[in-house]
Amino acid sequence: MDELPIRSGDDVVRVRQSVRNAAADNGLSLVDQTKLVTAASELARNTLVHGGGGMARVEVVKSATGRVGVKLYFTDEGPGIPDIELALTDGWTTGTGLGLGLSGARRLVDEFELTSKPGAGTSAVVVKWSR
Amino acid sequence: MERVPILTIGQTLFVSIQIDLQDESVIRLQEDLAEELAATGAHGVIIDITAVEIVDSFVGRMLTTIGSISRLFDAETVLVGMRPAVAITLTELGLSLRGVRTALNAEKGLEILNGKS
Repeated sequence: MDELPIRSGDDVVRVRQSVRNAAADNGLSLVDQTKLVTAASELARNTLVHGGGGMARVEVVKSATGRVGVKLYFTDEGPGIPDIELALTDGWTTGTGLGLGLSGARRLVDEFELTSKPGAGTSAVVVKWSR
Repeated sequence: MERVPILTIGQTLFVSIQIDLQDESVIRLQEDLAEELAATGAHGVIIDITAVEIVDSFVGRMLTTIGSISRLFDAETVLVGMRPAVAITLTELGLSLRGVRTALNAEKGLEILNGKS
């Protein structure tokens, strides 16, 4: 398990590397590794840019059927997301991007959970299973 | 922050991204390329992403923007060397890189640029 701070662009690069290592070490295919690292990059950037920084955690998990997966947690104590459904819509943007960060990240992983309260920060938890 | 070098070869600017890109480096590359296009009058830009392991929405947007900026300087941008896993991920992410030409490798990219006289 890896706990990593997200305070700068360099930290985002380190999170991606840690996710890549965990995914490669646990049997994810090259395409699945790339999808998970790309999703991690989107979520880490959100933590940094919109959450004002936070933490990432990289964990290896096992399903009830014995499949191995990589689970990622991204947490911040930023302003939060007022309307999660809206934020997960393709093309919805705060003005700085394409609006594909969150919605795209959701498509790239097997499990995706986003929780947020205005004023109390945001947490994203995602899992990618090996096939 | 690491910078991505830009090589001028004849009428072509050649950029090979060999580092794990962070957002600041991406923005810097955009600015450096615009400067070089203005200074050299180059007619083509080749961006080699053979070594790039992921293209997320930010980098994807940068590539599209570089294509648009180049066009304003009468230059065409060709993106070369995309890895198969990156292509699959980009498509699923929903990025089409509209306006940017792609080629399998740098040699084919140069052929495209040279065909434009």
